[in-house]
Amino acid sequence: MSGPNTNYDPVEVSALDPANLDAAVEDAVAAIAAATSLDDLKAARIAHQGEKSPLALANREIGALPPSAKAEAGKRVGQARGRVGQALTVRQAELEAERDERILVEERVDVTVPALRRPTGARHPIELVAQRLVDAFVGMGWEVAEGPELESEWLNFDALNLGPDHPARQMQDTFFLDPVDSGLVLRTQTSPVQIRTMLEQEPPIYVVAPGKVFRTDDLDATHTPVFHQIECLAIDKGLTMAHLRGALDAFVRIMFGEETRTRVRANYFPFTEPSMETDFLCFACHGEETWGSAEPCRTCGGSGWIELGGSGMVNRKVLRTCGIDPDVYSGFAFGLGIERALQLRHGVQGMHDIVEGDVRFSQQFGMGV
Amino acid sequence: MRMPLSWLAEYTDLAPGARGADVAASLVRVGLEEEDLHGGDITGPLVVGRVLSFELEPQKNGKTIRWCTVDVGQNGQMLTEGKHQEIVCGAHNFEVGDLVVCVLPGAVLPGGFAIAARKTYGHVSNGMICAEDEIGLGHDHEGIIVLSRLLGEERAATLSPGDDAITLLGLADETVETNVTPDRGYCFSVRGLAREYWHAQGSPEGGYRDPADVATPAATAGGYAVELKDDSPIDGNDGCDRYVARIVRGIDPTRPSPPWMSKRLTQMGMRPISLAVDVTNYVMLAVGQPLHAFDVDRLSGSVVVRRARAGEMLTTLDDVERTLHTDDLLITDGGEQPLAIAGVMGGASSEVSDTTTDVLIEAAHFDPTTVARSSRRHRLITEASKRFERGVDPKVTAAAAQLAVDLLVEHGGGTVDDAVTDVDRRSERTAYRLDVTEPARIVGVDYPRERVVGILRDLGCVVEESGEGTDDTHVLVTPPSWRPDLVDAPDYAEEVARIDGYNNIPSITPTPSDGRGLTHAQKARRVVADALAGAGLTEVLSYPFVSEELADQLMLPADDDRRHAVRLANPLSEERPLLRTSVLASLVDTLRRNVARGRKDVAIYELGLVFRPGGAIGTAPIPGVAARPDAETLEQLYAAVPAQPRRAGILATGQAEQAGWWGPGRAADWSDMVAAVQTVAAALAVPVSVANDPGHAPWHPGRCARITLADGTLVGHAGELHPKVVAALELPARTVAAEFDVDVLVAASSEPVQARPFSTFPPAMTDIALLVGVDVAAADVETALRSGAGESLESVTLFDVYEGERIEAGHRSLAYRLTFRAPDRTLTTDEVNDFRDAAVAAAAAATGAVQR
Repeated sequence: MSGPNTNYDPVEVSALDPANLDAAVEDAVAAIAAATSLDDLKAARIAHQGEKSPLALANREIGALPPSAKAEAGKRVGQARGRVGQALTVRQAELEAERDERILVEERVDVTVPALRRPTGARHPIELVAQRLVDAFVGMGWEVAEGPELESEWLNFDALNLGPDHPARQMQDTFFLDPVDSGLVLRTQTSPVQIRTMLEQEPPIYVVAPGKVFRTDDLDATHTPVFHQIECLAIDKGLTMAHLRGALDAFVRIMFGEETRTRVRANYFPFTEPSMETDFLCFACHGEETWGSAEPCRTCGGSGWIELGGSGMVNRKVLRTCGIDPDVYSGFAFGLGIERALQLRHGVQGMHDIVEGDVRFSQQFGMGV
Repeated sequence: MRMPLSWLAEYTDLAPGARGADVAASLVRVGLEEEDLHGGDITGPLVVGRVLSFELEPQKNGKTIRWCTVDVGQNGQMLTEGKHQEIVCGAHNFEVGDLVVCVLPGAVLPGGFAIAARKTYGHVSNGMICAEDEIGLGHDHEGIIVLSRLLGEERAATLSPGDDAITLLGLADETVETNVTPDRGYCFSVRGLAREYWHAQGSPEGGYRDPADVATPAATAGGYAVELKDDSPIDGNDGCDRYVARIVRGIDPTRPSPPWMSKRLTQMGMRPISLAVDVTNYVMLAVGQPLHAFDVDRLSGSVVVRRARAGEMLTTLDDVERTLHTDDLLITDGGEQPLAIAGVMGGASSEVSDTTTDVLIEAAHFDPTTVARSSRRHRLITEASKRFERGVDPKVTAAAAQLAVDLLVEHGGGTVDDAVTDVDRRSERTAYRLDVTEPARIVGVDYPRERVVGILRDLGCVVEESGEGTDDTHVLVTPPSWRPDLVDAPDYAEEVARIDGYNNIPSITPTPSDGRGLTHAQKARRVVADALAGAGLTEVLSYPFVSEELADQLMLPADDDRRHAVRLANPLSEERPLLRTSVLASLVDTLRRNVARGRKDVAIYELGLVFRPGGAIGTAPIPGVAARPDAETLEQLYAAVPAQPRRAGILATGQAEQAGWWGPGRAADWSDMVAAVQTVAAALAVPVSVANDPGHAPWHPGRCARITLADGTLVGHAGELHPKVVAALELPARTVAAEFDVDVLVAASSEPVQARPFSTFPPAMTDIALLVGVDVAAADVETALRSGAGESLESVTLFDVYEGERIEAGHRSLAYRLTFRAPDRTLTTDEVNDFRDAAVAAAAAATGAVQR
């Protein structure tokens, strides 16, 4: 600080001299512009805006001026400081933007390196296909019925009009429990669930029953001793084969899409009369008849068609066995193998992949199909 | 059942230009599923040839071949080289001048066997002289076909070298094979299939010619004595209600079957044997009536049909000595010596032989159930048993016998006895009173009365539209004799729908009301499955069949429930006769298979039923089916079915987290299994507790968690498998596993979750380190901390466990972060310290913990 201002002439205080102030500002602006980093700018800020900067020193001189001169000097210094402050702000923003930009560049990584540290899981597609069908039918107002896999012979056979002499009851088809006279078998079909439902519920009944079933077949390309069926049963007043076809069509559409080609024909099943069989076009040969040729289609055997599953109007005998009056109620039932639906829908060629539990098989399907 | 088109065309008119596939498609429309197509698969040139000369050429292998020159007309080498065909032939049953069948280069024989000129035995053979089996004509491969022997001198004289042999021998004839359902026994005959084909063509008037429509003589005195003596009919049905016996004498046993018959039998998939046998088979195929031919000279008494006596034996035609059952129906000689199991198979003693001249033809009608039981009991499924079991037309009996007699006389040179035996005990079928509107009600198609009546008449039913019992809507229907399956309205409805066309049935989507969606349990089980998959596990399915040794391999204690398994009477493999009592029991196979296929990191799970008999296997009643069983019987029925809880099994080996750019991986360990169960419990919002379980097989005693519900109900176990179990089952070292009861978790989740309010005031956290004995379970320390900390405790987190030099031996240090929060205010430091001290005091009291 200079000494006391004795002559009251602001001009005489060199620090407040306009030219000097301008020079200080120019110095400051030049230094700010020259700063290429935020650290440089910090140094420039201290040098030109700090307590010991020329403008700060000039500012202190104002206090010693006579009151008449204070205003003008104050204004002059204020403007000068404002210009420096402005330059600092602008440069600060520029350098910060540069820095931010640079950090983003420096922090770049290769995001194509593996990211999954833990394996992803998957559901088994048999379960997913069953779930899909169940959901569609539940959406149409049906409910899901269930029953045990180890089942009484009566529920699995007799009640379904499969009498003691029916071929399916033989040991070459059915797993019997030891002792054989225990009256217990591994269910050969999901149909005992129908019987349980009819015994336990009053009509109207609209149920879908998915589940595991068992037959004494060795595993090969088309057979497995343990497989899955899904079965639908409807009992109500006035149901006809037209309703059966409607339900079957819905089933086929849900599973295989609108374009699926099917055909229906008469067939025989003890638990239905009339009975009906639905076939769909072979997914492997697309309906090209290959029988008699050197290599008949292994999927359909050469006919070009694959059985979707049996169906029909519930046999009156079965209704009576379940205590339902066949003169009041009628109903229909149909079922199909889920393995087969999976094969058709997803092009699974053999049975081995479905049953062997190789995780690669399930993993193709993820959590939903 | 097979049917050559040429045979079909005898009984009905083929649609113009119809090929095998068209006939199959027609039959499908009326409910007979196509099974296969045979024949018609030879492409020429296959021609008649005349052997001009041959040279005998002995070969090193001991054979002598014939190097032949054959005139094949304007074919083959005559066209290309201007000379007769040169062919090597191994057969010796022909002479120069014989007419034979030659296949020339360019032809394709059945099975895709392409013929080309080929070097053999030092010559270029330009084709082959054919044997019967090579062109699908028969099974004979004794020598080549000599046409004068096959077709007769007369016919052969009309042939010239170069004639097309495909046409000549009917080799273009296709054979359709269909699948016959059990209710349509009559379709096990060309007669029945032709009838169905005729229906498929719209049943045109006069378009069906019934081969059984032949004149038959009535029974006479003096026929071979036959007695029907069934003293224990099954379900009140006589084992035999009709028996026709006809005798043809003086047959020349050396006379072969006519070629057309041999060919048809071959087309039908049967092997021609001798005239007498071939005739019985041919007639059976034609009209569906199984016949049996007895050698009259080997019979001594009357034919007596009776049930077998206990301990009786019979050696059947297949040379198997069989012990008979008292349910077996027998044909016996004089009531003593068994000759045949009725409708199943004849005995060796009365078999026709190559010296038989006098034949007794049996055409009988046997009870389906009797035949079915005998067939199964003796594991003998024969052409006869297949037909009787499904029902043979009881009216065709006499006609079938007549057809057989006629063929034997014509081709065997025999004469038929005038005396005819026909024991007929059939009961009349009664008419069914059909409501003609019923088919419409069942099928959903508005069939007019005339359509219903017309279809039933086409099918062979007698329909009475007037008289007692008939009115505007009712008619009396008597089904044809070959349709025992037509009993009541749904049967007739199916026939009407079938003949009218199943494709005419409209599609109406049923619209149930009141559907309540999935039950809680059904939804919750999906949550379980999805949570496990979401936790990185892969769902698999395994067969539930396990070995007897498995219980030992799993180290299950002697009194463990899981040793109590259900046993199958007829397992697929004797090595796996038991049903699993835990999911892990079968899941270990799946893990091993994945590892064997070269996968090191496997984490799998399965949800499924296990079979847990609660004691001795009971006996499930088998009540009648005429009406609903009474409540008590139903109760017994349900109770006899063993418990089948739904469980989840989990197995993992290898890396739970992969090594990678982030650093090393982490091996799957016991904690992953505990976490998996906790993940599922959390997904269902069910609180569970974890405790150390030192004694639960098959887990490692020091690495097994017992997981329970808040009320102590066991959920399951998780941890590392016992090293001995791992070794016994040949699993990778340190395999980890969990198994839990899905039903228990699902039931625990059934109450709606009640939401708790939570505080928006700031939390206060404080850390403590507790020194405890190594035997003290962290879960117990946490429980004590929670009990002492008071209501403001929000969470307890164990963030460090230290065991080592810096602390007293036999101890470890557990570092917890306690978080407190009050619902209504910010807690003060003093308050938090008080809560903390109370928590530590509780832990000290319960577990001996000392704060460090």
